[in-house]
Amino acid sequence: MTTGPRLRVNPIACDGRGLCAEVLPEMITLDDWGFPIIRDAEVPPGLLDEAAEAVRLCPRLALRLDHRARAPAAPQPRAG
Amino acid sequence: MNTLDSGQHLVRGATPVQAGRFPRLLPERFGGEPASLEEHVTRYGQLPRGWDGRWREQLIAEVGRAGLTGRGGAGFPTARKLAAVAAGRDAPVVVANGTEGEPASAKDKVLLACAPHLVLDGAVLAADMLGARQAIVVVHDAVREVVDSAAAERRRARLDRVKVKVMTGADRFVGGEASALVNWVAHGIPLPTATPPRVSECGLLSRPTLVQNVETLAHLALIARWGARWFRSLGTTAEPGSMLVTVIGAVRQPGVREIEIGTPVNEVLGLAGGPAAPLGALLIGGYFGTWADPAVAGPLPFSAEGLSAVGGSPGAGLVAALPADVCGLAETARVARYLADESAGQCGPCVFGLGSIAGALADLTAARRYEPGRLRRWMAQTEGRGACHHPDGAVRMVRSALAVFGAEIDRHAQGWCCGRRPPGVLPVPLRRSP
Repeated sequence: MTTGPRLRVNPIACDGRGLCAEVLPEMITLDDWGFPIIRDAEVPPGLLDEAAEAVRLCPRLALRLDHRARAPAAPQPRAG
Repeated sequence: MNTLDSGQHLVRGATPVQAGRFPRLLPERFGGEPASLEEHVTRYGQLPRGWDGRWREQLIAEVGRAGLTGRGGAGFPTARKLAAVAAGRDAPVVVANGTEGEPASAKDKVLLACAPHLVLDGAVLAADMLGARQAIVVVHDAVREVVDSAAAERRRARLDRVKVKVMTGADRFVGGEASALVNWVAHGIPLPTATPPRVSECGLLSRPTLVQNVETLAHLALIARWGARWFRSLGTTAEPGSMLVTVIGAVRQPGVREIEIGTPVNEVLGLAGGPAAPLGALLIGGYFGTWADPAVAGPLPFSAEGLSAVGGSPGAGLVAALPADVCGLAETARVARYLADESAGQCGPCVFGLGSIAGALADLTAARRYEPGRLRRWMAQTEGRGACHHPDGAVRMVRSALAVFGAEIDRHAQGWCCGRRPPGVLPVPLRRSP
């Protein structure tokens, strides 16, 4: 089974500049306040260059490509 | 097989709280004074010590058999968290979480005020077991003195091998979130940090960090004494044990009670004296919890399994009874505004999303304007998009309100409110100056 990288945003670092959504509208849209909503799927091979460009262009260094092949966002332990 | 389960060799000088009996954590009668070390040992016996080299694995396995879950709200299995921290390469750190920033909840404060040594037993045991040199106990300002005195009492008695350090938590809602608590202890900043890494992997001083609610630690201290079978003599098969609940609102004797998990919600209200007025709705779990119709939720068992029928969970153990003559929408709008203001202010979707949602609810409550489609879009765009779960919890509560208060929404949209009394059942602290 092939697993490509996924785009991840660090929501604390992100300032909603929106460049990523311009470069990669296929995978990134903006919410009502201008912050990126990232499609939670592997980046298809045909979009890897654009994804890398979006990561490079982020002025806040908030976007990254996650190459670890594993399911996203398992529920995490909180204070309990 | 079950080395701890047989019990006898572990118990020194005290009869176990009889299996199947309560209360386990709270005193039989509230006397006002915190239990001294002597009273504590008389009731529970000494914390067992001097086990063989494999006791860490044995105790984690015993906690797993007991089925203890976190009592801070998320209900994460304690044994799994202990194992995750124990698996780290560096020596771990233990942080007991008694910050209880949720304004409606009092159970951690009451536990610390009545039985500080039971919590300290659990914190010291967890630290000892994991090879941590100190246990950091972070508590709400209201109980700091009690916990300080208890820690001093233990130092004088040379009771513990590990050092106990007591701190006051940051008195704000997100301050109890695990990464925010670690950030507060390390840097004095009560704000969540980005995950990964989780604090169980990389927390305080970049070490694996166990952040555990104080009630969970109290249960841990009892499981170490009397084993899994004793612990499971209360509660349901899936969710064993007892838990502390805070019952507030329109009940005759509001306050903190210890219940067997699975007790019907109506009986929980009964333990607080029963309804003091006809009830319109219940908020179950906490401010990240779920609004429910009392007629529907009343007969349900207070457990994750039982409350799932109304989309709820025990959370941090809150049951708030809203009288029928107070508008649930207005209450929801107040709490939503509070939660928006309590955002750490770090993640855009949380800041703007919760702010927009709170504004829409205020408009709806004042019958100024209601656009359900827009509100639902905002909730979808806010949920799951913060570094911590603050926006998710707030949205969950609002979503349940929209489901339960449908009739009120219709009336408000037509320009009038059903409430004959102003809202104010749910406590919302005044906003601090920034």
